[in-house]
Amino acid sequence: MAGVNTTLTAAPRREQVAAGIRDSFSAGLGIFPLGIALGLLVLQAGLSWWVAPALSLAAFAGSLELLLVGMIATTAPLAAVAVTVFVVNFRHVFYAFSFPLHLVRHRLARAYTVYAMIDEAYAVSASLSRDQQSAARLLGMQISCQLYWVGGGLAGVAIGAALPGPIKGLEFALCALFTVLTLDAFRSRREIPSLLLAMVCFTVALILVPGAALLVALLLFVALLLARHLISTRRPKETAHA
Amino acid sequence: MPDPGYLAAVLALTFTITLALRAVPFALLGSLRESLVVRRLAVWMPVGILAVLAATAFRSSIAALPGTIWYALIALGATVAVHLGLGRRTILSVGIGTAVYVALANSGFGS
Repeated sequence: MAGVNTTLTAAPRREQVAAGIRDSFSAGLGIFPLGIALGLLVLQAGLSWWVAPALSLAAFAGSLELLLVGMIATTAPLAAVAVTVFVVNFRHVFYAFSFPLHLVRHRLARAYTVYAMIDEAYAVSASLSRDQQSAARLLGMQISCQLYWVGGGLAGVAIGAALPGPIKGLEFALCALFTVLTLDAFRSRREIPSLLLAMVCFTVALILVPGAALLVALLLFVALLLARHLISTRRPKETAHA
Repeated sequence: MPDPGYLAAVLALTFTITLALRAVPFALLGSLRESLVVRRLAVWMPVGILAVLAATAFRSSIAALPGTIWYALIALGATVAVHLGLGRRTILSVGIGTAVYVALANSGFGS
């Protein structure tokens, strides 16, 4: 992915956009099939086909949209939707620390870059060195990613409409995806206490409020992490990391 | 299909909250960067939230097809094994795990 058009920041804009599109290919391998899954799930949940592109434009946050399909289909309370969106997408708060927004000068382009700061865009931009980055390359990559996502959703809707009936068990893809993402997050940060805390929270939420287990588990988890922070701050000898 | 007003409200909420989460930190960058609690949450949160999401998705999968908890556990094991054994290729792991569950759930045994 890296290594193209690297040396001079003065490289022509067209080449930089092309480099951005090349950057997006590896991310696209993950985004497009996930888009297909979104389109299929939208139809399986009994929703209209346009819910897939509408979600992809309103949210542009893959895993959250897959979750929202289920919530919309069961008309979950708006408060539950709001808290889920907030907690699930909260990780984006941390991307601002190292995302190269300062490269983008044009106001509309800046707004788009922030709106389209998905996990994949963050990861790709983080993999480039400073002299490889430019506004045109960043935007080329982000717009490509959104096209893969919306296009994948439409392809999924088309495939779903062509199928004779719903595929029993397809929604397991979401469970498999989150399991894989958990494994990857675990590899990069040895985080056994967090994992155990999260599982305790989920079990407690499942027993106490089975109807709103996700919401309660996430709130409980954040509360426990804040408590953990307070406890470890009070004991100055203990260091913060994992 | 829920009514259009509800859908519009969900889309508007999702758009506003997601955009705010992505945009506000750029405005507060200086003070956030120095905050110990924010830096700790950055390390502590992801794996736990993803695990809760995985557990939730597992539960709704077996709720949608009662009697398939063993199939789901087998598929979950396949997902983890493929992911750790075949080089952490997300699409491959998710694809095989899902295929195992779909195949078992449609096989007609058990449930």
